[in-house]
Amino acid sequence: MPESSTLNEIIQKYGGDREALVEILRDVSQVAGYVTPENIATIAQRLGLPQSQVHSVASFYSLVNLKPRGKHVIRFCQDAPCHVAGGREIWKTLEQTLGIPFGATTPDGTWTLLTTSCIGACSVGPVMMVDDEIYGNLTPEKVQEIIAQYRAGGGA
Amino acid sequence: MMRRMIRATILVSGDPQSLGRGAEDVKLAIEAELSFYGLENEIEVGFGGGATRAEMLPSVSIYPEGVIYGPVKPADGALIVEEHLYKGRIVEHLLAPPDALVSGRLAALPAGKEGKRYAEKRVLLRRVGVIDPYNIEDYVAHDGYFALGQAITTMTPAEVLNVVRESGLQGRGGAGFPTGMKWSFVASRPEEVHYVVCNADESEPGTFKDRMILEGDPHAVLEGMALAGYAVGAHEGWIYIRGEYILSKERLEQAIHQAEELGVLGDDIMGSGFSFHIHVHAGAGAYVCGEETALLESMEGKRGIPRIRPPYPTVYGYHGMPTVVNNVETLANVPPILLNGAAWYRTLGTKRSPGTKLYSVMGDVNVTGLIEVPMGITLREVVDIYAGGMKEGKAFKCAQTGGSSGSIIPPDFLDTPMDYASMAEKGAGLGSGALLICGQDTCIVDLASVLLRFFKTESCGKCTPCRIGTTRLLETFDRLRVGQGKAEDLATLESIAQNMVKTSFCGLGQAAPTPVLTALRFFRDEIAAHLDGHCPAGVCPMQAPPAAPKTRHKYIS
Repeated sequence: MPESSTLNEIIQKYGGDREALVEILRDVSQVAGYVTPENIATIAQRLGLPQSQVHSVASFYSLVNLKPRGKHVIRFCQDAPCHVAGGREIWKTLEQTLGIPFGATTPDGTWTLLTTSCIGACSVGPVMMVDDEIYGNLTPEKVQEIIAQYRAGGGA
Repeated sequence: MMRRMIRATILVSGDPQSLGRGAEDVKLAIEAELSFYGLENEIEVGFGGGATRAEMLPSVSIYPEGVIYGPVKPADGALIVEEHLYKGRIVEHLLAPPDALVSGRLAALPAGKEGKRYAEKRVLLRRVGVIDPYNIEDYVAHDGYFALGQAITTMTPAEVLNVVRESGLQGRGGAGFPTGMKWSFVASRPEEVHYVVCNADESEPGTFKDRMILEGDPHAVLEGMALAGYAVGAHEGWIYIRGEYILSKERLEQAIHQAEELGVLGDDIMGSGFSFHIHVHAGAGAYVCGEETALLESMEGKRGIPRIRPPYPTVYGYHGMPTVVNNVETLANVPPILLNGAAWYRTLGTKRSPGTKLYSVMGDVNVTGLIEVPMGITLREVVDIYAGGMKEGKAFKCAQTGGSSGSIIPPDFLDTPMDYASMAEKGAGLGSGALLICGQDTCIVDLASVLLRFFKTESCGKCTPCRIGTTRLLETFDRLRVGQGKAEDLATLESIAQNMVKTSFCGLGQAAPTPVLTALRFFRDEIAAHLDGHCPAGVCPMQAPPAAPKTRHKYIS
């Protein structure tokens, strides 16, 4: 979770503007990994909004996390173009390789497996994002290779 | 603003697909090799858009020669520098085949047959991949800001609006509403403050046309917005861009900064007295925010939940003021229309739907990617000519036009001209421009359940028909998938879907049943086969029929 100074910087970057609430929450989530209840209280106070409203907005958007995530977040595109291109096998491979279902985080806190809506890379589907990296033209073998690379500490 | 003198510019395609295929490493390899030869001060390297077909990415373009290499691997980077830039010899074996690359060259195809034009025609994409999106001088050198300068110094706002109205431009977000009419609604409002909002929340699965424009030619959108602002009397514009489009946002912000420095945006543009400021507002991941009123709510820092319409944004929009909300592609059409005139624009496309259209083509075809073609070409032409035919061993079974909320259409539609009116007459829609082509091994029930899972996730939950309807539709298809459908399921699907169309609050719930209704109309037999525990495509994981419910209480006979 961000130091209060980081949070302040983000709020200030948007000039404490209430209309920037969505952007503030997204930025905090990106910098810190997720938005804590304390963050919500601070943002509410600084923008002069009820906490309930800040929480309500935070819970609406998929790029705002309210729970901690694993060290690496895999977002697999579950939409039709990737599905038609062989997404079903990739879906299974990801669950089997990581040993967790979609939506879960591995017990050791390394991996979070999520689905995402289209990321606009449909012509190289099936596609997944590991953190900020996009991997396309996936096959079950390629998925295992990529995960093994991260496990070996190679990363992207 | 003067650039340092250089003898060559290298552009590495920098769209996410190219980056995913190692474009970053290609650029690094080129830079390393340039400094090895001591060329770093005379040759500039940057990222450009990725306008070519996916198979040619990442590509490397070298100017002023205009040589295009692709696909380039990092190891090839060194060779290109050594041979082309150091020794001055073109590396023949790395050249991208021109036909596959700049499909504009397909203009050699027979055009004008039966009044239709078959060749790809680049109006919106003419600069994408050709100019450096980080450099406004490149844009200006390709007619950039000329239309704006001409309009604000020699035309009245009403004249600008009239040209757009006469061009017949229709909104490219999916619905095809006449742009000139929308603008005139806002221009005629008495309120003092009017706004222009560019809808860049491109989230329709399978659609990546707006991203290509934003990444490859960001100034075109800015110029289109400024022209819209001039026509409707607005001085502030916002671009609402989806939170996932990080690269597009960065390029837009840079473009706005450069345009303001050059005086083609901001206060007193080109000394004309007209001022127009553009701001970028990034979303945070919500499909429904592509709906114009939900988008406005999100811009105001709230949950992206649609407003009741009417009043439409043209009357009560951002901050309650009259607001034009236009799609990226629509706005990018405006500068060329002003530059060449409405009559020129009407020579493209069909009578009822003028202009060109961007399609993102994907699925079981040989060449996937983005194409720009005149309105009114047929799906068969897209598949056979631009997509290089179906993949080997696959026969065309169906296509989905316009993303997840688009119609699922059978082979009968292959020869229907693709424009808003012709598609609507046959009970289908053109939508956002995504074309998902499916071979015979695609199961309609399986496809429908994937689409519905998307809508169930993305429904904002405000209205019951959409929230419950998407869930019930998904449940029913999931039951059909495993062979546990009930006899009345088809009728239930139809009734839920029709009710959603009639009673949902916004476009999401009204459009979500489109694939279901079109699938029921065109592929009813296949869906019905699932009732008997049979998946004709052999995709669905059929289980044994449900066991007869056990009698729980012995005392009830």
